[in-house]
Amino acid sequence: MKQPSLAHVLQPKWRTALQRLREERASGGTGKLVILAIVAGLFWLGVFGILYKILKSLRAVEELGPLIPGKILGLILLSFISILVLSNVITALSSFFLAKDLDLLVSAPVDWLRLYLAKLGETLLHSSWMVALMAVPILAAYGVVFKGGILFAPYAILAIVPMLILPAVVGSALTLILVNIFPARRTRDLLSIIALGAAGGVILLFRVIRPEQLARPEGFRNLLDFVILLRGPTSPFLPSEWASQAIMGFLGNEFDPLPLVLLWSTAAAFVTFGALLHRALYAQGFTKAQEGAERFIRGGLWRWTVGSLLRWLPVAKREFVLKDIKLFFRDTTQWSQLILLAVLVVVYLFNIQALPLHRGEPVGFFYVNLVSFLNLGLAGFVLASIAARFIFPAVSLEGRQMWLLRSSPLDLRALLWSKYWVGTVPLLVLGLLLTGLTNALLEVPAFMMILSLATMAALTLAIGAMALAFGALYPQFETENAAQIPTSFGGLVFMMATIALLAAVLGSLASAVTTYVRAAWEGQAIGVTPAMIGWFILAAALCAAATIVPLRLALRKMESFEF
Amino acid sequence: MIRLENLTKLYGSFVAVDDISLHVPRGVLYGCLGPNGAGKTTTLRMIAGILRPTQGRVLLGGDDVHTNPLSAKMRLGFIPDRPFVYDKLTGAEFLRFVAGLYGQEGDTVERRVAELLEVFELTSWKDELIEAYSHGMRQKLIISSALIHRPECIVVDEPMVGLDPKAARLLKDIFRQFVERGGTVLMSTHTLEVAEAMCDQIAIIQHGKIVAAGTVSDVRLQHKAGDASLEELFLKLTGGAQVRELVEVLGK
Repeated sequence: MKQPSLAHVLQPKWRTALQRLREERASGGTGKLVILAIVAGLFWLGVFGILYKILKSLRAVEELGPLIPGKILGLILLSFISILVLSNVITALSSFFLAKDLDLLVSAPVDWLRLYLAKLGETLLHSSWMVALMAVPILAAYGVVFKGGILFAPYAILAIVPMLILPAVVGSALTLILVNIFPARRTRDLLSIIALGAAGGVILLFRVIRPEQLARPEGFRNLLDFVILLRGPTSPFLPSEWASQAIMGFLGNEFDPLPLVLLWSTAAAFVTFGALLHRALYAQGFTKAQEGAERFIRGGLWRWTVGSLLRWLPVAKREFVLKDIKLFFRDTTQWSQLILLAVLVVVYLFNIQALPLHRGEPVGFFYVNLVSFLNLGLAGFVLASIAARFIFPAVSLEGRQMWLLRSSPLDLRALLWSKYWVGTVPLLVLGLLLTGLTNALLEVPAFMMILSLATMAALTLAIGAMALAFGALYPQFETENAAQIPTSFGGLVFMMATIALLAAVLGSLASAVTTYVRAAWEGQAIGVTPAMIGWFILAAALCAAATIVPLRLALRKMESFEF
Repeated sequence: MIRLENLTKLYGSFVAVDDISLHVPRGVLYGCLGPNGAGKTTTLRMIAGILRPTQGRVLLGGDDVHTNPLSAKMRLGFIPDRPFVYDKLTGAEFLRFVAGLYGQEGDTVERRVAELLEVFELTSWKDELIEAYSHGMRQKLIISSALIHRPECIVVDEPMVGLDPKAARLLKDIFRQFVERGGTVLMSTHTLEVAEAMCDQIAIIQHGKIVAAGTVSDVRLQHKAGDASLEELFLKLTGGAQVRELVEVLGK
């Protein structure tokens, strides 16, 4: 029997993507595209600019020449490979074992090789596009600084593509083995915990070793050792090192085909071995993947604890809050994000504590207050990112069950109320903790402590409301994975709106804080002036408006939802 | 009990439901029949308050579903055709949650949960996450959830899909008893045998319009169909010629 072509097997995927693009354009998506392009362009320019400056100054160091840039490229590519292997393992689980089109493909007379290549391609594309985009400004900076010329672009693609193929094959193979050992749904839980735990560990490690110390002159005491270390490859058996050698060789006008040959021949060999492994294990793994995770849940704990605490609420609201909490803590992909959150808080406080403000010198009163005030913006941004992850998807996640909520006598205001408080109360606790602990570490005066805590409380209430509202205004009902929802266009608009709010609130408070700091600095009597009260009222009004208006808009939008 | 007045639904320029008026009295089991895409599901979702009509209104026991939604919906139990429920809740938790949406709690709800799970043979599954349920078990759970608050009327979209013969029979008995006790059921179905055996009255919908309504005998009389079966009547009213052509194509 003549087998369908690979393009034919992948047809539903690219046709769906094209159709989605057409629908976006038809629904006035051009504006969205322009905003996305501007944001992406700015990000690219930023990465390019920073790396350009670093490479330019490193190139000027005579003894080292291209050694350090080569080393940096090797490290960047090595981190890309690690990220890619992890993301391919997770993506391969969906594309090879849980995707909705698998029943059709597996039951059709499509041979194992085509199925493998189609799904490998899909996995590669889904897990590598972000890394590939990120590589563009990085390689562009190398190309410009080292004058690679126009041919550098196709050459860099030639060096990078096999580096994307290899992790895709390794990730898919690892998933295939894992699924043959555990059921797919259990594997997904396991993987999300491992992935987030690993990511958290790396961030923590990176922060705790304090890389900023390497920039100190005493770190270069033994220059010869340093140069010797730089001359040796970081990891001679890793494709990232081959890619780095291939690229740096081209840029240094010392073309050596060996790294490229190594990259492509290894990629071809890995695809072959991956395909053979697929032939041997896929059928058994796919069958195992159909098994559900069977777990008995008593659920009494929530009812007795949170349920009893919320006894004062009307029954519909109480049941709704309980339901949301249970769903969150029973979904590993959701609660495991708390690991990253904990790491973030530790790193945050570690950074504040590491600031050289109280190192024996007289405490810089001005700097302490400045840091405390600017910390409001930073903490606000951190809270906005957390809200984007946890509160923004709240309405979208109800999508499939909206038939139940809309056909029941549940008031949509109660639904919005429950979602708002379930998300905002933990955010408020976190916001106050971050601000309070930071200020305690900075040993700020009482005025700044009270101002910071009050501002943070008002900002958190507004951020929670905006996250929920933007989530309702830009819902993603079709997305099953909550982690993908914040990366949508609506998530971007929410983050931009929150940054604008933070700027407006801090801008309105800046004058009041300056008056206070100046008075304290000059040793004058510190009092709250009418002008300061005016600024406080303006900041409070901004936060109140940013809380009430979005919630009203969200309610109106939800009333117009049709399913 | 259920009254539709000039109900119309447009999706852009496409007319999904075209000026439907219908009255389903208390104590009647009413069947909504029609080919795929005729507008049955859209009509039922408007009755349940999930979709807003472009024109016209829906009254449940005198309350307008869209201007007075809370009291209208208190009377209603809705069973959709696709059983999307919260995968990470257990069966018992889901039923308690739905009861809560109708303002009910306490021992009465606990008794009702136990009773419904028993009737639908889900008792041994009550502490299991719904993600482990089969399609049919989810359907049974949704049917239980529609009954938990003792509604006055039930609107049900394709009730037999996914049910095993025993559960299908049970559901027929439940609906029959529900109607005999003064309840009202409006259901859409493709299974003409089910409609013929269960429904007191039927409406056949084609292209968003009601093309025939009344008891099966009434419809036969209206369309001079003699003693034709409901299937023959249905095909006559909704394009039986196409079916014959299809049979010829498949037979080649």
